Amino acid sequence: MGVIAIENARLCDPATDALVDGVLLVEDGRIAAINPAAIPAEAERIDAGGLVVAPGIIDLGVFKTDKPAFHFGGITRAALMPDKSPVLDDPGLVQHAARAGKPDFWVHPLAAATRGLAGTELAELAMMKAAGARGVATGRRWIGNSGVMMRVMAYAAALDLTVITHAEDEGLVAQAVATDGETATRLGLPSAPSCAEEIAIARDIALARVTGARLHVRLVTTAAGFALIRAAKAEGLQVSCGVSPAYLFLNDGAVSDFRTFARLSPPLRSEEDRQACIAAVANGTIDVITSSHDPRGPEDKRLPFADAAPGMAGAETLLALSLNLVRDGHLTMPGLMRLLSANPARLLGLDAGCLKAGAPADLIFIDPDVPWRVDSARMAAAAGNTPFDGLPVQGRARRVMKGGVFY
Amino acid sequence: MTPTSPFPHRHLLGIAALAPWEIRYLLDEAEQWIALNRADSRKHDDRLAGLTQINAFFENSTRTLLSFEIAGKRLGADVVNMHAAQSSVKKGETLIDTAVTLNAMRADVIVIRHQSSGAVRLIADRVDCPVLNAGDGRHEHPTQALLDALTIRTRKGSIEGQVVVICGDILHSRVARSNMLCLTSLGAEVRVVAPPTLMPAEVERYAVAPYYDFNAALKDADVVMMLRLQNERMDGAFIPSAREFHSLYGLTPERLALAKPDALVMHPGPMNRGVEILSGVADHPERSAITQQVEMGVAMRMACLDVLTRGTRGVPGWA
Repeated sequence: MGVIAIENARLCDPATDALVDGVLLVEDGRIAAINPAAIPAEAERIDAGGLVVAPGIIDLGVFKTDKPAFHFGGITRAALMPDKSPVLDDPGLVQHAARAGKPDFWVHPLAAATRGLAGTELAELAMMKAAGARGVATGRRWIGNSGVMMRVMAYAAALDLTVITHAEDEGLVAQAVATDGETATRLGLPSAPSCAEEIAIARDIALARVTGARLHVRLVTTAAGFALIRAAKAEGLQVSCGVSPAYLFLNDGAVSDFRTFARLSPPLRSEEDRQACIAAVANGTIDVITSSHDPRGPEDKRLPFADAAPGMAGAETLLALSLNLVRDGHLTMPGLMRLLSANPARLLGLDAGCLKAGAPADLIFIDPDVPWRVDSARMAAAAGNTPFDGLPVQGRARRVMKGGVFY
Repeated sequence: MTPTSPFPHRHLLGIAALAPWEIRYLLDEAEQWIALNRADSRKHDDRLAGLTQINAFFENSTRTLLSFEIAGKRLGADVVNMHAAQSSVKKGETLIDTAVTLNAMRADVIVIRHQSSGAVRLIADRVDCPVLNAGDGRHEHPTQALLDALTIRTRKGSIEGQVVVICGDILHSRVARSNMLCLTSLGAEVRVVAPPTLMPAEVERYAVAPYYDFNAALKDADVVMMLRLQNERMDGAFIPSAREFHSLYGLTPERLALAKPDALVMHPGPMNRGVEILSGVADHPERSAITQQVEMGVAMRMACLDVLTRGTRGVPGWA
């Protein structure tokens, strides 16, 4: 592999807070220099055309390896949730999943915390780590048994693996498919109070305190949840959290008319909680924005609301929707890339998500303003289940480089 | 069907979509069928002759199915019942496939009951004929609310200004939801009574007054509508026991005395005698309207079947 000089770029280094115009040098699949004194004569010169050049998005928590959608969305690596069939609770399965995307895409499997994700017996976390697992996840569900969860966290702490949890108290949630409120009541949908999240987070923070584990709550969606995360961080605990664009830009009114594309887990929340999500991005409580990509075909979604599977295809819209946060002044462009790339890399222990010499040349060329319209019938993803269908958006990745190669 | 018709809706999926004058129009339309049904001899009007009515019931029902079947037959329709609770739906056929199948059989009107909220709408979106919701999950049961309104109007002269108390498992009840929408739309003062565990969140958004205390809610009531308490709710999950429920929320003669002296007693059936209602109240010759509700049900469903098929039948102004 030769030397590539990317010129006329607006370089977006997540470690800073401003874009810098200049040149980025790639050599042997890695970033060789930022704004070098001179461009080597043998370098292949690429004109970035004034686009923003940023580290590729690292998507912390997807449910399917869906390369066309990831490629469209500027996602170069994803942490794969263990909720597969079969469940990623075995070193062989983890190793297989880790190889699935290469070379143009890297999958970082998350090990199932418990066998079969049943929430009862510890899975072989150390062997799965050796096989390539980059974290431990409880899957789509919370682990209800506090004793089991404490052992998972203690064990993962010793392995230096982040524990990624789903925060909904199972007793409160039971069969619920919506958040308590006027919409759920009028539609006659089984619903649960939003404090199901607060209760789950409070317990998991308490267990992080006694075990010393690194805890990442994959999706936090309520004001009360953010308050707990903020307090835990202030206390000095290694607690972090994520959110997905759905919770930033939709409230529970989106499920009106029984729209199953808006059936998510956790369910969409009230408008007050939606605004709390925006505030939590702006004030730094939220560390990660994930697509929570979960493409689902008609067999899972064209069903009565309560029978439909939760989840949305989010990979293609992750960047465009997140760019709203920059346009609205909640984040700087490098600040957004911290949430989309640098922080996920740190939580997964990856040497990526940064714009410095020596780092892998996983780069995306972002045109932050180009307008396009979300169209669920014409998506790159394995399925078009997006609650943002028809929405006009701005911004997308024009080019994607993985390990120094354009794909 | 046309925007200028007095009922510009293709389907009847819920009360929520109806304007007050549209509800009143359906009630007015039912009056003629009350008279026909009370006729001593032949109860027949053949305006739906040649049309096929499919009653697709994905959830077990006896009286609602029977009511729709009689209503269709009295109008001359060819009525077919599909007991989907025991059919291929159990074998994994999706609801959409079932809808497509029903549509391919060229039904002219489909009556659907399903255990899941929103399921009837899902089918309605994929068939070419009018669909009548006979109850979907906890969501809506519009013909029940209409027949209840018709009963109240018949007995009380009007609905506006009546104080209606709805008591029981409001949380899981589609009857309560449709009735809250219908009665408030027609100007009644509605109070809903339930233990806290069976009261939906933000129910006051329906412009109804929630009560946990049945006795307090009964003051000045013109109508007391009791709901059936499903057996599976009585096992301690939502209420401690049937007898404790009865002690707080059962309609007894003593409780009924707290309402107005001429207060009407209603129940959508089937009743749990001794749980939500005592026989002395349910069978009261002057106060109970429970059998009249059944009678109004047939007339109301005839009106709905007639109105919804006018476009198909080419009735002038409805095509």
